[in-house]
Amino acid sequence: MLEIRDLHVAYGEIPALKGISLSVATGEIVALLGNNGAGKTTTLKTLSGLLAPRSGEILLEGESVRGMPPHLIVRKGLAHVPEGRRVFNRLTVRENLEMGAYTRSDAAVSADLDRVLSLFPRLGERRAQVAGTLSGGEQQMLAIGRALMGSPRLLLLDEPSMGLAPVLVEQIFETVGSINRQGTTILLVGQNAALALDIAQRAYVLETGAVVLSGSAADLARNQDVRRAYLGEM
Amino acid sequence: MDFALLLEIFPQVLLDGVILGFMYALIALGYTMVYGVLEFINFAHSEIFVVGAFVGVEILLGLKNAGALDQLPPFLVLLLILVAGMAVSGLLAVVIERVAYRPLRGAPRLIPLISAIGVSFFLQDFVRLIESVWRNAFNLVYPGMEGLNRRLELTATVDVPVKALVVITASLLMLWALHLLVNRTKLGTAIRAVAEDQATASLMGINVNAMISLTFLIGGAMGGAAGVLFGVQYGLINPYTGFIPGLKAFTAAVLGGIGNIPGAMMGGLVLGLLEAFAASYLSLLTGGAFGAEYKDIFAFSVLILILIFRPRGLLGEVVRERA
Repeated sequence: MLEIRDLHVAYGEIPALKGISLSVATGEIVALLGNNGAGKTTTLKTLSGLLAPRSGEILLEGESVRGMPPHLIVRKGLAHVPEGRRVFNRLTVRENLEMGAYTRSDAAVSADLDRVLSLFPRLGERRAQVAGTLSGGEQQMLAIGRALMGSPRLLLLDEPSMGLAPVLVEQIFETVGSINRQGTTILLVGQNAALALDIAQRAYVLETGAVVLSGSAADLARNQDVRRAYLGEM
Repeated sequence: MDFALLLEIFPQVLLDGVILGFMYALIALGYTMVYGVLEFINFAHSEIFVVGAFVGVEILLGLKNAGALDQLPPFLVLLLILVAGMAVSGLLAVVIERVAYRPLRGAPRLIPLISAIGVSFFLQDFVRLIESVWRNAFNLVYPGMEGLNRRLELTATVDVPVKALVVITASLLMLWALHLLVNRTKLGTAIRAVAEDQATASLMGINVNAMISLTFLIGGAMGGAAGVLFGVQYGLINPYTGFIPGLKAFTAAVLGGIGNIPGAMMGGLVLGLLEAFAASYLSLLTGGAFGAEYKDIFAFSVLILILIFRPRGLLGEVVRERA
């Protein structure tokens, strides 16, 4: 589904990614772990075209999308739920969802709308409301639902649990699991490493712009370094 | 003070104010839509307006010289010049953005502003040059169309020229169409999404540059329509005609809350009415101490007062959210 080879990205002169390679197979949930500044968000932004890599290759289903503008990468079946949700505050919930399906004109859009509303019934209740008036949890649901409206094959999720109450966090992760079971491949950036490792099959650990560990989620969850650094154990 | 006279001219002044207000509203939309998307004041917009007025007058003069002006139904002619003025001004605005603003995106804010002022000067003198070579004159008068100059007598003291009704109807139709486009279509929603957050809009598959071009196209077309209607209503135009209406429309946009589309419409009407009443009533109310020539002071006093006491405008400025 997705393959990244030796990706280098810099903000001006400051390197952010120093040669990252990773892959995501169709149907997987892969987690990307690491501390602030490790390069997780930078990786996702580069994948969706918001940032341009210095060098390296990005293959989406075998096709290079490196250097493509974001609005064209979306059409290749990739959706990116950005950090901090970034819903359109001045648009209604319904309009936000419509924007998620912006590239589509097929008949299945209304079926996808039903699917999103059944995943997140709250969004249906608040359909006519302006997104800026939603709670943080509802905005996260909207951001995920909006991305699903594009019927993506690969979904990039950046910190879907940030700033949410624990109950909501679990609910969001459960939904992420069911989205995956319905056939969407997911690359997940997780602040909450325990939950991320719980639903992911595999994971990569980033440190200062490089992959320092990778493997099955179960192995990483048992790894002493990971437990100490990301699962809060002493 | 002559109250009877004040009352007697009231409907006429109201009508003048409404016409002027719609004109300001149409121009103000161009400022406010571009600001909404780019947070930048397109100071060349007053010349986009003027170019619309010149397209209209050139077509009318061409038809007149061909002897066709009085043969054709006036409403058809009006529709023709309106559409032509909108098309030329809209495309001009798109080209200006592509050539003078897009390369400067990401530059400090003052830079595109200076570029806009440069474009404004360039267009003024370009129109002057073309007209000087072509007609050997750049002060042009809209040829009268008989059907439009007829007056409908409503009461003994109030009569309405047909062209005033035409200006009001055309303005209302365009504002309504714009409202539908921006609020009821997918494309309009995409423009609003781009106005709020360009990066996230691009993640939806929206081509941000295309939406910015579309914004300039629509704002430019409204400005061009205003130029044609200005010519039809007031007659005399020259390449520098746009300056004062442009500034006033900008004032109207700030008055309503810059970036806010309904605000621009309302700001235009308020300013137009204020100016019309100032022009007609000032000398009556002050016993001749202040005359109609002080009306511009009113418009710009409003701008200053708004900037001091309510800088976000009456309906609230639309500020882009940044995460």
